[in-house]
Amino acid sequence: MAIAKREFDAVVVGAGGSGLRAALQLAEANLRVAVLSKVFPTRSHTVAAQGGVSASLGNDEQDNWHWHMFDTVKGSDYLGDQDAIEFMCRKAGEVVYELEHFGMPFDRLESGKIYQRPFGGHTSNYGERPVKRACAAADRTGHAMLHTLYQRNLRARTQFFVEWLALDLIRDAEGDVIGVVALEMETGEVMILQARATLLATGGAGRIFASSTNAFINTGDGLGMVARAGLPLQDMEFYQFHPTGVYGAGVLITEGVRGEGGFLLNKNGERFMERYAPTVKDLASRDVVSRAMATEIKEGRGCGKDGDYILLKLDHLGPEIITKRLPGIREIAIRFANVDPVKEPIPVVPTAHYMMGGIPANYHGQVVVPDGRGGERVIKGLYAAGECACVSVHGANRLGCNSLLDLLVFGKSAGERIVEDLKGGLAHKKLAKDAGEATMARLARLDSATSGESVAEIGAELRRTMQLHCGVFRFPDSLAEGVKKILDIAERARRTFIRDKSSVFNTARIEALELDNLVETAVATMISAEARKESRGAHDRSDYPKRDDGNWMKHTLWYKEGNRLEYKPVKLKPLTVEAFEPKARVY
Amino acid sequence: MGEMDRVRWHCRRGLLELDLVLAAFVERHLERLDRRQLAILEELLDKPDNDLLDLVMGRAEPADPSLQPVLEMLRTG
Ligand SMILES: Cc1cc2nc3c(=O)[nH]c(=O)nc-3n(C[C@H](O)[C@H](O)[C@H](O)COP(=O)(O)OP(=O)(O)OC[C@H]3O[C@@H](n4cnc5c(N)ncnc54)[C@H](O)[C@@H]3O)c2cc1C
Repeated sequence: MAIAKREFDAVVVGAGGSGLRAALQLAEANLRVAVLSKVFPTRSHTVAAQGGVSASLGNDEQDNWHWHMFDTVKGSDYLGDQDAIEFMCRKAGEVVYELEHFGMPFDRLESGKIYQRPFGGHTSNYGERPVKRACAAADRTGHAMLHTLYQRNLRARTQFFVEWLALDLIRDAEGDVIGVVALEMETGEVMILQARATLLATGGAGRIFASSTNAFINTGDGLGMVARAGLPLQDMEFYQFHPTGVYGAGVLITEGVRGEGGFLLNKNGERFMERYAPTVKDLASRDVVSRAMATEIKEGRGCGKDGDYILLKLDHLGPEIITKRLPGIREIAIRFANVDPVKEPIPVVPTAHYMMGGIPANYHGQVVVPDGRGGERVIKGLYAAGECACVSVHGANRLGCNSLLDLLVFGKSAGERIVEDLKGGLAHKKLAKDAGEATMARLARLDSATSGESVAEIGAELRRTMQLHCGVFRFPDSLAEGVKKILDIAERARRTFIRDKSSVFNTARIEALELDNLVETAVATMISAEARKESRGAHDRSDYPKRDDGNWMKHTLWYKEGNRLEYKPVKLKPLTVEAFEPKARVY
Repeated sequence: MGEMDRVRWHCRRGLLELDLVLAAFVERHLERLDRRQLAILEELLDKPDNDLLDLVMGRAEPADPSLQPVLEMLRTG
């Protein structure tokens, strides 16, 4: 059956902060742009970001991009590419002021300048003391960013395909990417959107973990598409965990609770952070607290009948402080943890929060793969930006507020690069007769299967397996067992079955297709983690507790075919300044 | 049936809190909603995520009181 087809200059998959920023660049250059999103653009996960966007504007106190660069390199535990990090930190002011001109309602100082607040890991003078670098719009920074960029795109006549699910990339015989196959949810019809340039901006994949702060839509679709197209995924073992997600729900309890004097307890009622971080205790950095919690649980001091959570105590603060200084927390705890924090502690666990790895890209947003001669080559026609991309500016551990910055900087630079490449002659290529057939076969199998595995069950098992075997703290035997289990789950996922075969907004079909992407992402994560025999940033192994720069200062590349791994060097050379040499990461 | 399926997808949000509230609501109530309730639900789902969360958590009240009956169901879970 021939698949319907439409042609565009560029197709952007994803309408979160990164997709919208890139699309704007393209539409304003008068290109014909299609932006696909599986949910309404302003419902993208970027809406959840509260903390802010980092930029060394120096509005309130002295700051500069070189300090920001140092913090980011150090935060990355020296796995970040220093060329890309320099690029991002230098561009921060430009993209934030641009957003201001687009109408973003940033909080302001009395002077009228953008207000800035301190945020973990951001310091002045190379680690000396905290610096005010985060720009925010109340506690709705992501929301405001999405709305501002969406309005701007409407003005620039970007064409939106809302509630379209991209399924696969199309590559031609030369390996160039020439568009995507996508499903329109309202009709159930499949279409090829052919493009001279395709940008993936599909966001994170937090739903591979049982405990996640991410919304349900974060299923790693772009990563699945890339893996199925035979391209690698980079540094997937690095997943950031937030210490305080509500047990069983994942909902984030802000660091502010501990800032106001709340603390963590194990089942013996012991304030255990005193043992792990005697001076800063519960206010140690995210990875330190998460690791301590995981250790307590692992060593049998977790709470509850399964001993699998920790308690966050704040009732001693009194109801006034809780309602005044921590607005919303009481309602969130009552609603999602079933406890009133004024009287009882909140059950919490370290919760998957941010994916540092992703689709390998350079700081122009071009997707790159090893060229077989020690260098890299660009995959023509394919670009990636935002959380789904690994540029890599976050390396082994992301700093707070650097993600929203990443969306703006690399969304824009990818857009600029596409404009240039199209001017430079990147043309439409011929669509092969069988383009899209593999995708159609995947759909046909799902539609014709009369029995098989349940999507919900496999999804739940995948999440449990990732949480248990590939969580905050990683153990060699457990990782090896995890690899076996996840490969078994991947095998079973090939035989999923859905009862509902209807075509209009068939949520069961959508979830089955999302599962295919969760599987690729989870397998990549587990296998990359099992192989990395060191501890660095968010990847922490009991058998190799130290960072090993001699053997492991390199990026992982995982390929779906044969679950093969390859490694490539970290780019230690910045663009214009001297490199920051690796040091122990102490705060 | 089509309307119900569309609504089911519109319960996929950018905020995890809403995903959880709406998933529980769908499970418990969706199939039993009458046309009027379904229309109210759709109106609520059209709101930006943060505004809808404020309503659900009781931090705000809807300008249009006719939304109240379905909102109450969301609030009590
Ligand atoms: C609770 C929370 C708070 C956070 N707070 C901050 C913060 O304060 N500061 C900060 O810097 N970072 C923060 N982060 C991280 C940051 O919000 C995210 O990394 C960032 O928003 C991701 O943006 P994105 O553009 O890459 O993707 P998203 O905003 O996730 O958008 C992805 C887009 O892709 C679309 N899509 C996905 N798959 C498909 C498909 N198959 N077909 C079609 N469309 C598809 C979606 O519809 C969506 O439009 C936070 C994260 C969480 C979970």
